[in-house]
Amino acid sequence: MKKLLSGNEAIALGAYESGVKVAAAYPGTPSTEILENLAKYPGLWAEWSPNEKVALDVAIGAAYAGQRALATMKMVGLNVAADSLFYVAYTGLVGGLVIVTADDPGMHSSQNEQDNRQYARFAKVPMVEPSDSQECKDFVGYALDISERFDAPVLLRTTTRVAHSQTAVEVEERSGPQGDGEPKSYKRDKAKYVMVPGYARARHPVVEQRLKDLAEFAETFEGNRIEWGSPDLGIISGGIAYQYAREVFKDASFLKLGMSYPLPERKIKEFASKVKRLLVVEDLDPFWEEQVRLMGVEVEGKKYFPMIGEFSPDVVRAGAVKAGLMEEKALAPVELPELPGRPPILCPGCRHRGVFFVLSKLKAVVNGDIGCYALGVNPPLAAVDTTGCMGASFGVVHGVNKAGIVERAVGVLGDSTFFHSGIAPLINIVYNGSNSTTIILDNHTTAMTGHQENPGTGRTLLGEPTDAIDIENLVRAIGVKDVRVVDPYDLKAVEAALKGAFATEGPSVIIATGPCVLKTREKRGVIVVDGERCNGCGLCLRVGCAAVVRASDKLVRIDELQCTGCTLCMQTCARKAMSLVEQGGR
Amino acid sequence: MSATGNGARTGTTNFFVAGVGGQGALLASDIIAEAGMEADLDVKKSEIHGMAQRAGSVFSHVRWGRNKVDAPLFSDGEADFLLSFEIVEALRWQPVLKKGGIAIVNTQKIYPVAVAIGNQSYPEDGVLEAEFAAGGQKLISLNADDIARELGNVRVANSVIVGVLSRFLDVSPSVWRDVLARRVPARALDVNLEAFYRGRELSADV
Repeated sequence: MKKLLSGNEAIALGAYESGVKVAAAYPGTPSTEILENLAKYPGLWAEWSPNEKVALDVAIGAAYAGQRALATMKMVGLNVAADSLFYVAYTGLVGGLVIVTADDPGMHSSQNEQDNRQYARFAKVPMVEPSDSQECKDFVGYALDISERFDAPVLLRTTTRVAHSQTAVEVEERSGPQGDGEPKSYKRDKAKYVMVPGYARARHPVVEQRLKDLAEFAETFEGNRIEWGSPDLGIISGGIAYQYAREVFKDASFLKLGMSYPLPERKIKEFASKVKRLLVVEDLDPFWEEQVRLMGVEVEGKKYFPMIGEFSPDVVRAGAVKAGLMEEKALAPVELPELPGRPPILCPGCRHRGVFFVLSKLKAVVNGDIGCYALGVNPPLAAVDTTGCMGASFGVVHGVNKAGIVERAVGVLGDSTFFHSGIAPLINIVYNGSNSTTIILDNHTTAMTGHQENPGTGRTLLGEPTDAIDIENLVRAIGVKDVRVVDPYDLKAVEAALKGAFATEGPSVIIATGPCVLKTREKRGVIVVDGERCNGCGLCLRVGCAAVVRASDKLVRIDELQCTGCTLCMQTCARKAMSLVEQGGR
Repeated sequence: MSATGNGARTGTTNFFVAGVGGQGALLASDIIAEAGMEADLDVKKSEIHGMAQRAGSVFSHVRWGRNKVDAPLFSDGEADFLLSFEIVEALRWQPVLKKGGIAIVNTQKIYPVAVAIGNQSYPEDGVLEAEFAAGGQKLISLNADDIARELGNVRVANSVIVGVLSRFLDVSPSVWRDVLARRVPARALDVNLEAFYRGRELSADV
């Protein structure tokens, strides 16, 4: 039976059928749905770990213990987990280990654009790369087999369009996991698994030899296949770029790489010798092109196809035109009327809005972080001054304060980001004594990626109740003496907490607590505007809420459907023209 | 398979579905994709998701193919059908629709924040009709939200839109019914089916 599955759903299915026993991840677009789906299958352990490095260590532990294991993360998540990738590349493992890196060319939801195929070469481990959902399912199995056969962790790279596109997958009616999954006796081998320098030095030659063996394997690996077409043009491609190239170069011959690293040199040379012109079509870096050129093969690629941004049939076609392989498609120029943009914004009723409104009012320098609250950068709040990577805010604000500035600097991150990588920099603030104010926006969920559980929510990925980490107690245990818990819907309380923190010598932490309104769907009521009192001054518009609208008569109206009755706009009204009409919750 | 003719040449029918986060545009594209699967076609569907915030633009590509479909995306001027749940989004994505293609547009207006705070203005009435006429595309506009509200559930607006579309496709109503039954909550199935048939009847007059 064929079923329409996303790449992420297919990876989960493949992992289940291949007998993965332990899987760990930190949510990150476009990888999140892999573990959400895997958690629905019986007989395995799947968890949200606090961050990607922990997740990878957990999966490594399971592989050491003899079981098949999976760790999944978005592309920048592998930066966090890189330390662990490099040691497991040396130790190898007992059970198969697959690490999914979900790359995001085009940066739909990432802070930088990186090509994680480079990690395969950097850490000297194999990488496979599916092009559609069927391959996503199949390649998980291949990758686990390769992992066990070559005693190496295997990277499985997807990109956004592979992870999130839905394509047909052959699904057996009743599929079950391979292997028994029974506990095995722990296999001790200190020289292989204890990476002190003396032992690690002995492992490096093993790693180099393994790469050679893998390159030999790549020559006959069924994922690397030649599809003969016209001999005039040969295309080397893989991943989603292969699908676009197939769409554009209908008659060309293809060498489709299912294994991104190491490359099958003989196969590439054979293919090159039988085509008149050779092109590499690959997203982002010239990763294959450079290696093929080093083989002494004449090849073109990035001369025509961009290194920046996401590919599409249009982008590949434009490259084909540049390469003189195609006529420009004559499209009648379309003149669009000027249209208002519609970027994602903080939801109506979002509790982060109250904090950013006050930070903006106090003109604080805000070192922000990764999460929905990065949207606090958008006007009219325009309250965020820096955003780098997960957990950066609390380290950066300490540095800003040690350097000394005229304004007040504040570090801001969310609950899930705090657990991910905010704790160590908070310890640093206490240990190295900076007069930093930090804010934890605790909305009791991992909101940006679609409301996943985290160590503070009291539930695991499998939905089981567990001990919730108490943020306030943790912060106090670290040694912060000035801890203030506020309701972010109360603008006066937020402002008082910030001013109090600014006036206190030493570290201060403000915990702005209350659930994500998109998750709870709470509706306290709607705000009603008294048309007699409203003079259209526009103060309330500064909260930047989609439900607060300036009407054609310049006065303010409330969109009742969107309004949740949070009262933030009402609290800003100097003329007391707004009131809350309460409703029963939804 | 499509009334617009692309299918005859390449065997592929392209749908572009646009809306504002929270409107159900992605569910509509799921339903179209599954109906294609049910009709034994090769199907690919692509969208960007994973950010929970509402009120941003959302859009989805769906492709049906009698033969194998390669790319999950298609280019400007290649959509046979543009389904939009909102006026500005219909105008924004007009270039994806081919000449002679069919636009099915919910005339719901949702103000972006830039409009709400008075920094930008919303297109005036009549712009939608003028632009699609100028593009040589067929426009079917309707207020699906009003129809849905009449039926007692504003969330079934997407079934109205899918119903309008269904009239142009060579897929039997029973297939659509099966897919709807799988994709909407059981207690809302009847009202969704009613919405679907209201839409389907509406387009009978076009």
